[in-house]
Amino acid sequence: MNIRRINWPLWSGFALTLAAFLTYFFIFVWFPSTRDFPWANLVLFVIAGVLLFMGLRRGFASDRPHPTRSKIVSSIFSLLSLVVFALFVFIIFVGGRWLPASKGAPQLGQRVPDFSLPDTSGKQVSLNELLTTPIDGKAPKGVLLVFYRGYW
Amino acid sequence: MRGIERSLIKFNEVGIRPVAISIDTPEVSREHAQKQGYTFTFLSDQNADVIRRYDLAHKGAGINGEDIARPAEFLIDSTGTVRWINLTENYWIRARPEQVLEVANQLGR
Repeated sequence: MNIRRINWPLWSGFALTLAAFLTYFFIFVWFPSTRDFPWANLVLFVIAGVLLFMGLRRGFASDRPHPTRSKIVSSIFSLLSLVVFALFVFIIFVGGRWLPASKGAPQLGQRVPDFSLPDTSGKQVSLNELLTTPIDGKAPKGVLLVFYRGYW
Repeated sequence: MRGIERSLIKFNEVGIRPVAISIDTPEVSREHAQKQGYTFTFLSDQNADVIRRYDLAHKGAGINGEDIARPAEFLIDSTGTVRWINLTENYWIRARPEQVLEVANQLGR
């Protein structure tokens, strides 16, 4: 197979688009500096966009061995890439904001109600215990309650 | 949570105990903590009772349509008073451990 026949910018652009989407959730989400604003992924999307543009030009060039197929394939994969990019932007900047307002949550300066919940060994633990059980032999200054959606 | 685990020594030094709360069962939380190498306390609010009492329920947002906790962090001092809150407006934007440690450093024991 002749290397000139392969539309490598198109295929690498499409692969990079998929990578730009997936790496956020599997890699960049773990680092605050790349999670809070997904700049690393947006950079990857831009590079992918340049490659896809090159791929499209190549796909529509007159010297292609199968001009019609080449046009269709490059159009479809460019469009698919655009959909992946749109989905990413939507998930991060729109979907991410779908959170309840939680107006009734404890306010600054308020006392929070005590509660008791089982830990990973099934033992009931109260907030009061968490606030009084020593850390490294010293009385704790406080507790950081971290509510999260759960393991998935 | 990974940030908390990385800063756990600092949290201990300052005297702040991090506690994670979700609707996961104790078994799932144990598996989660083990897999990720988390060593701080995980509590299981299976029926989202505490989550609801704190008005943090995200209705029907669980995988099976159950109510789950929206992400939220509260720093509670030894008297049980809220000293710092983070109710993020975007799921992907979270508080950093340094922010909590800064506030914690100003708390008396």
